[in-house]
Amino acid sequence: MKSEGLSPIVQTIAGILFPMILIFSFYVIMHGHLTPGGGFQGGAIGASAVVMLIVAFGAKNIEKKIREEKLSAFESIGGVVFIAVALLGLVMASTFMSNFLVGDIIFGKIPPFGSNLGILNSGGILPILNLAVGMKVIGGLSAVVLVMALASKEEKNDI
Amino acid sequence: MRKRIGAVVFLVFFAFLLLSVYDLHEFGAPPSEMDDYIIKNTQNETGANNAVTAVVFDYRGYDTLGEATILFTAVAGVMVLFRKGGENEE
Repeated sequence: MKSEGLSPIVQTIAGILFPMILIFSFYVIMHGHLTPGGGFQGGAIGASAVVMLIVAFGAKNIEKKIREEKLSAFESIGGVVFIAVALLGLVMASTFMSNFLVGDIIFGKIPPFGSNLGILNSGGILPILNLAVGMKVIGGLSAVVLVMALASKEEKNDI
Repeated sequence: MRKRIGAVVFLVFFAFLLLSVYDLHEFGAPPSEMDDYIIKNTQNETGANNAVTAVVFDYRGYDTLGEATILFTAVAGVMVLFRKGGENEE
C-alpha cells in the first residue's frame, strides 16, 4: 500500500470526492434530455472519477477491487441495452430505434412547447439510451485507463 | 519531385476548400428547413426538451450507434494490446 499511490491526504480526499463525482455523473446522464450533457459527457465524468482513484491509490490496489474484465463487461452490458432498446422499436413500433415510449407511462410525458424547465419523466427512449451510453463510456474509458496504467507499471518493474 | 507533387495536391485541395466556402449560406440565414422542423417538433415528437440530445439519440440514432461501436472497438483493441501474457504463451 505504501509503495504505490500518493500521500494519505490525497487518498482520503479522493475517497471522499469519488461518490460525489459519481453522483454528478449520474445526474448529467439522467438529465441528458433536459439539460446540456448526456451519456457521453456524464460517462466521461464518471470515468474521470475512476481515473482519480487510480492516480491516488495506484493501479495495483484498484485492480484488486475491480478487475478490468468487470469494467469491460459493464461496457458490453451498456451496448447490449442500447441495441436491445433500438430493436424493441422494431417490435413495438414500425422502425428501428423509433421512439416508442412517447405518450406511454414510463418516460412518456410531453412537455409544453417553448422554453420551460422540462419534466424528468419525459423523453421516451432517450433517457434509457443515455443511460446505456453512459454505462458504455464509464466502463470503457475506465477499463482502458486501468489496463494502460497496469501495463506501464509492469514495464517499470521489468527495468 | 515528391515534394512538388505534394505541394500541387495541397494547393488543389486548398482551392477546393476555399471554393466550397463561397458556396456556404449567408451568415445567420437558415441553411435548410430541417432546423425549423426540429425546433418546432422536437418537444412533441420525442418529449425531450434538449433538442441536441433529441437529434443525437432519436433523429440521428444510427450515428450514435456507430459512435458506440467505435468506442467498443477502441476498448477491445486496447484490451487486446495491453492484456497480460498468459502462462503458456510461446
